[in-house]
Amino acid sequence: MPYRLLRFALGGKYGEYPEPRMFHTPDGLKKKYDVVIIGAGGHGLACAYYLARDHGITNVAVLEKNYIGSGGTGRNTAIVRSNYLTPEGVRFYDESIKLFQDLSAEFDLNLFYSERGHFTLVHTDGALRTMRWRAEVNKHLGVESELVDRAFIKSECPEIDLQCGGNMPVLGALYHPPGAIARHDAVAWGYGRGADQRGVEIHQETTVTGIQVENDRVTGVHTDKGFIETETVLSAVAGYTPHVTAMVDLRTPLVVHPLQACVSEPLKPWLDPIIVSASFHLYVSQSSRGELVMGASLDPYELHSVRSTLDFAEGLAGHLLELFPFLSDVKVLRQWAGLSDMTPDFSPIMGKTRIRGFYIDAGWGTWGFKATPVSGKTMAYTIANDEDHDLIRPFRLSRFEEYELVGEKGAASVGH
Amino acid sequence: MKQLRCPVNGVRPVQEFVFGGEYRPMPDPAGANDDEWADYVFHRSGEPGIQREWWYHSSSGVWFIAERDTAKDEFIRTYLFEEME
Repeated sequence: MPYRLLRFALGGKYGEYPEPRMFHTPDGLKKKYDVVIIGAGGHGLACAYYLARDHGITNVAVLEKNYIGSGGTGRNTAIVRSNYLTPEGVRFYDESIKLFQDLSAEFDLNLFYSERGHFTLVHTDGALRTMRWRAEVNKHLGVESELVDRAFIKSECPEIDLQCGGNMPVLGALYHPPGAIARHDAVAWGYGRGADQRGVEIHQETTVTGIQVENDRVTGVHTDKGFIETETVLSAVAGYTPHVTAMVDLRTPLVVHPLQACVSEPLKPWLDPIIVSASFHLYVSQSSRGELVMGASLDPYELHSVRSTLDFAEGLAGHLLELFPFLSDVKVLRQWAGLSDMTPDFSPIMGKTRIRGFYIDAGWGTWGFKATPVSGKTMAYTIANDEDHDLIRPFRLSRFEEYELVGEKGAASVGH
Repeated sequence: MKQLRCPVNGVRPVQEFVFGGEYRPMPDPAGANDDEWADYVFHRSGEPGIQREWWYHSSSGVWFIAERDTAKDEFIRTYLFEEME
């Protein structure tokens, strides 16, 4: 990059962009699209990308009321893992990890995908039992995952205080070697650029104000920039889903809670693995910039706001210091929140709905970023074939009225 | 500090309270069909706005109803279930 910068400075081209922009800004909305995707986050853009690349559907508009990646995509703590509890969940997230591993090369864009190993610390006998169960389910499905003892944790993370100051000492951990972190914005940019190059239009600052449905069939989308004819709409707006489903009179079990996170000032690299403790409501990893990226559990009540609270920062700091007392002088650099659309079974809601042409990709709660590639791929298949992809059939919206839930709560990293 | 008025104990810090979810009238279990029951058990209104909710004052064991704006994080009023209109 410095060389390119120098070449640009000396090249007599000052005032021009040295590099092409990653996305075009389309002139305006067309009258008609084959597919309209609401939400230009990772999921919406990934779906657009795979629709164009794998299914040849390029007359697609992605509508975003804010800017690309402004929602959950840019607000999560960027952890990727697949050591879930249900076979449905493990298969789905493992496919996502496999897609993630090739993504930088596919995009020709460095996603800083970094395999760190993921430890879910266990502080109680009950949790130990669940972790053993998870490890067995994982191994059965070919996912690297095992229960490890205190000595192994200490060897991989010497800085940790396994006694936790005497309060709830660590008994062991579920260890998942492929657990990784990635640069979350770049995932959305990579999918966006790939979709854009294949003819998809990304319209930022374009708000959907209504969806036209006639005889239980989608016929168009109203936006603040005019009406679009289309027979196919995908809602990929995570925390804003209840607003969109209300436009088509669809009831869902979603409730929205804020999820807060923060980063510390940059430190020299010391923390290689990703450390999670459900009992302490804490997860922490160190980014390639040296910042500790930290998150906790959901806010305790429903709220559609991304405000930050002191309660969160205090609680998180207290628990972090039980594990890493030497961080007591480290400062918090930034704090923020995102919206988590929670389902009662901690699994997403994906696929077709009772309204023909209205597809849903929601219920991403606290597990949306890691699912970005596989959700894009399976939703693109579902839209192109008007048939739920095998991997997402267990996550269909109708599972609730059919009483066929996919109980994933035991694998939500942080107790909710 | 954020505060909430318990209808029995007065204004207390919000940390003393537990959120109990949206208030939903229960259909008659004997008369409801499977769809109505699933709708009651699982579905929520979910949209931002003013919502009636169950809250619990954990220090004194009082369950009550709060009307709250879920977009602005503001409590509007609280009262006991018996006083609900």
